[in-house]
Amino acid sequence: MEENRINEIKLEFEAVSENEALARVVAAAFIAGLNVTVDELEDVKTAVSEAVTNAIIHGYKECGGTVVMNAVLKKESADTYLLTVEICDTGVGIEDVEKAMQPMFTTGLEHERSGMGFSFMEAFMDKVRVVSSPNMGTVVHMEKRLKVYDERQ
Amino acid sequence: MESKAREYAIIDNYLCIKMPTEVDHHKAAGIRECADRMILDDKVKNIVFDFEDTTFMDSSGLGIIIGRYRKISCFGGKVYAVNTNERITRLLTTSGMTSIIEVVS
Repeated sequence: MEENRINEIKLEFEAVSENEALARVVAAAFIAGLNVTVDELEDVKTAVSEAVTNAIIHGYKECGGTVVMNAVLKKESADTYLLTVEICDTGVGIEDVEKAMQPMFTTGLEHERSGMGFSFMEAFMDKVRVVSSPNMGTVVHMEKRLKVYDERQ
Repeated sequence: MESKAREYAIIDNYLCIKMPTEVDHHKAAGIRECADRMILDDKVKNIVFDFEDTTFMDSSGLGIIIGRYRKISCFGGKVYAVNTNERITRLLTTSGMTSIIEVVS
């Protein structure tokens, strides 16, 4: 596995809404060197945006804190890469992860949240796993397999 | 908000909102505030979200639309999305938003 690791980044930033755009642009830039489709790029941006927004609004209740984004890119075969993105916060955590991941479920009604954040992450990434414990924080682990069309470019 | 006149226009009883390039949680509060002020002030009946400039939207955009729909639908108002690109059209369709808004591309 180790020899297949090709790239890894870690981004640490303050949990303020301005940084939602920063995080998704960094994630996009991280894979931009591969010849992925615009749609795949947008999928990753959207999923990262959802996870970071959750950390800011729900994890830290919009009172600030530190969000960490880890991204790893591994080559799996000649034309396939596996992207792993983790969005971590040390906020209030989620009591019932299964319930939180249900479509339309939201605790943010007063902020007009749609309750579709996790559904979007699941729709745009191949795998989404959430590890959370109350008052400890939340890690959203996402994976997406990226098909590269012409490696030599 | 600096160019409010361009971003928010009332034509007949339609409030037309020019959505920003990127619609996310960061931008949502400003859009909500401006839209709701105009809904109150000017007796708007229907709302048109114009996505002509929009290249990115996450689920925060759905929250904006659902919230405005709740405000005007009880008075018989309708919500429209216009000039949506292929991706935003798909986001609105697959998330079931088309049951409350009409997408005019």
